[in-house]
Amino acid sequence: MTPPWARIPQPEAAPAETRSYDLVKEFVIALVAVLVLTLAGAAVFGAPDDKPVTLAAWAKADPNDFTATALSELDGSSDTAGYGAPYNTAAPGQKIGPVGLQKAAGVRHPVDTAKDFVLAPLANAPQTPDVAAALAQYQSATPDQQAAWDKAYSDALTAANDDPALVLPDTGGPVPVLLKQLLAQASSGSLDGALLSQGGFYQSDYTKPLLFLADGGYLSGRADAKHLSGDQWGMMNETGNYPGQAWLWLYTFWYQISPFNHSDNADALIWGLMAVLTLGFILIPFIPGVRSIPRYVPVYRLIWRDHYRRQLER
Amino acid sequence: MSADITPGSVPSEGVEAGGWTGAVRRGAVRAFPPDKLLPDRQPSYVASWIYVFGVLTLAALAVVIGTGCVLALKGPGWWHVSSTGRYVNALHLWSVELFMAFMVIHLWGKFFMAAWRGRRAMTWITGAVAFTASVGTAFTGYLTQQNFDSQWISTQAKDGLNSVGIGAFFNVLDFGQMLMWHIVLLPLALVGLTVWHVLLVRHRGVVPPIPLLTAGDAPEGDPAAEAGDEGGGS
Repeated sequence: MTPPWARIPQPEAAPAETRSYDLVKEFVIALVAVLVLTLAGAAVFGAPDDKPVTLAAWAKADPNDFTATALSELDGSSDTAGYGAPYNTAAPGQKIGPVGLQKAAGVRHPVDTAKDFVLAPLANAPQTPDVAAALAQYQSATPDQQAAWDKAYSDALTAANDDPALVLPDTGGPVPVLLKQLLAQASSGSLDGALLSQGGFYQSDYTKPLLFLADGGYLSGRADAKHLSGDQWGMMNETGNYPGQAWLWLYTFWYQISPFNHSDNADALIWGLMAVLTLGFILIPFIPGVRSIPRYVPVYRLIWRDHYRRQLER
Repeated sequence: MSADITPGSVPSEGVEAGGWTGAVRRGAVRAFPPDKLLPDRQPSYVASWIYVFGVLTLAALAVVIGTGCVLALKGPGWWHVSSTGRYVNALHLWSVELFMAFMVIHLWGKFFMAAWRGRRAMTWITGAVAFTASVGTAFTGYLTQQNFDSQWISTQAKDGLNSVGIGAFFNVLDFGQMLMWHIVLLPLALVGLTVWHVLLVRHRGVVPPIPLLTAGDAPEGDPAAEAGDEGGGS
């Protein structure tokens, strides 16, 4: 018997028999068929286009979540503040075994959450005297004093179930005044522009506003309601009942199972695994065993059944 | 610069033109004579519906590029404010879904045909890399929709890319960078790979059927059965 890892025999050099085959006609018919299917699919099903979440919409819809997130940006406890590369050096980043590619790539998109998301937008807008004084007081304080104010306000906010209205006004020094003003700026819509315009007039980089949005619970709450969370097969899904990126099923699959669904290095491990699998897929012709699978799966007998029948008839 | 000018002279038949241009032309004609590039006959074993999915993939790619060009004409914001634009975007979406579906079927078909046999490994490789490039192109398309979906996908996808250092250079939160990748770099790569893939198919021809093996057939080490370059170059 032929061992499973053996190469499939080389086909004959040139076919003995040919038949008429109009490649151009086939392409034109295929093009018309695809056009008809596309026109019909677009007409019947359309395409989804859920409006993006703005900071203004977030601040109005869930001011408590906005304030808690802004505080986490100020005191450095947000996901972005503790992310590591490429945004900052707060964490070593994910690793594949001993290899830390995330850290090795360096801080390429520096983000200082307190400055970029809270203090600079406040400083760059015209403020009332009490807000200006609170901002000056916070910025001139020592890091220890800032941390003490942040912690006092954070503890009070947690005790108040994230409702700023229930926190005593003098808790946390200038922090409640700053966060209240930031919420007002966000609600008015000016914070959306402020976060985006930190680099000049023309803008195309949404890194900062998206990171701020993603640090809060509002964006993920909406995604969860639309069945887009990571444990719901995540980003391969599409808003509404659309097929989305179904071809990402294998990548998304790994996030659903152990050990990846509880590993701190899940992203790096899955990317490493997918890199190996993709390389294997590309190099199938050179992988003993895998390249011989077609011989043992009788699909080829179905594809070439007429050819084999003619062979047997001879 | 000098030129070898002979008024009224025409190279006589059988005399090969000199220079790099002549060498490239001779090489191209040798590799792809017209009846090989656009043959009007195929081997008799090319008689299955599975063969249609290769050309369907090409046709769908043409529609994807065509609808993408219409969207590019009007700019990335158009389809959010125009009902015509919304429909063109839907055309783009559904042509992509068809393109990916046809390509996956084509790919599975070629796998079960072991279509890399007979020095056709590079044909498989260019097809597999084209599939990977297609996934990347579609992904950047989802990132540049400028709606809730692109917000969510980009903020989720950043973690995977950042975890292996790619995100430092390929920033999915940077709309401008992703748009350039989606409408320039990746389509160029995909079209280049597709042309290369199709030329290889024409150059090597359609892979012949796997010889039937029955019990006791093809004894181990039989050079007639096992010899040959299953992988090999293009």
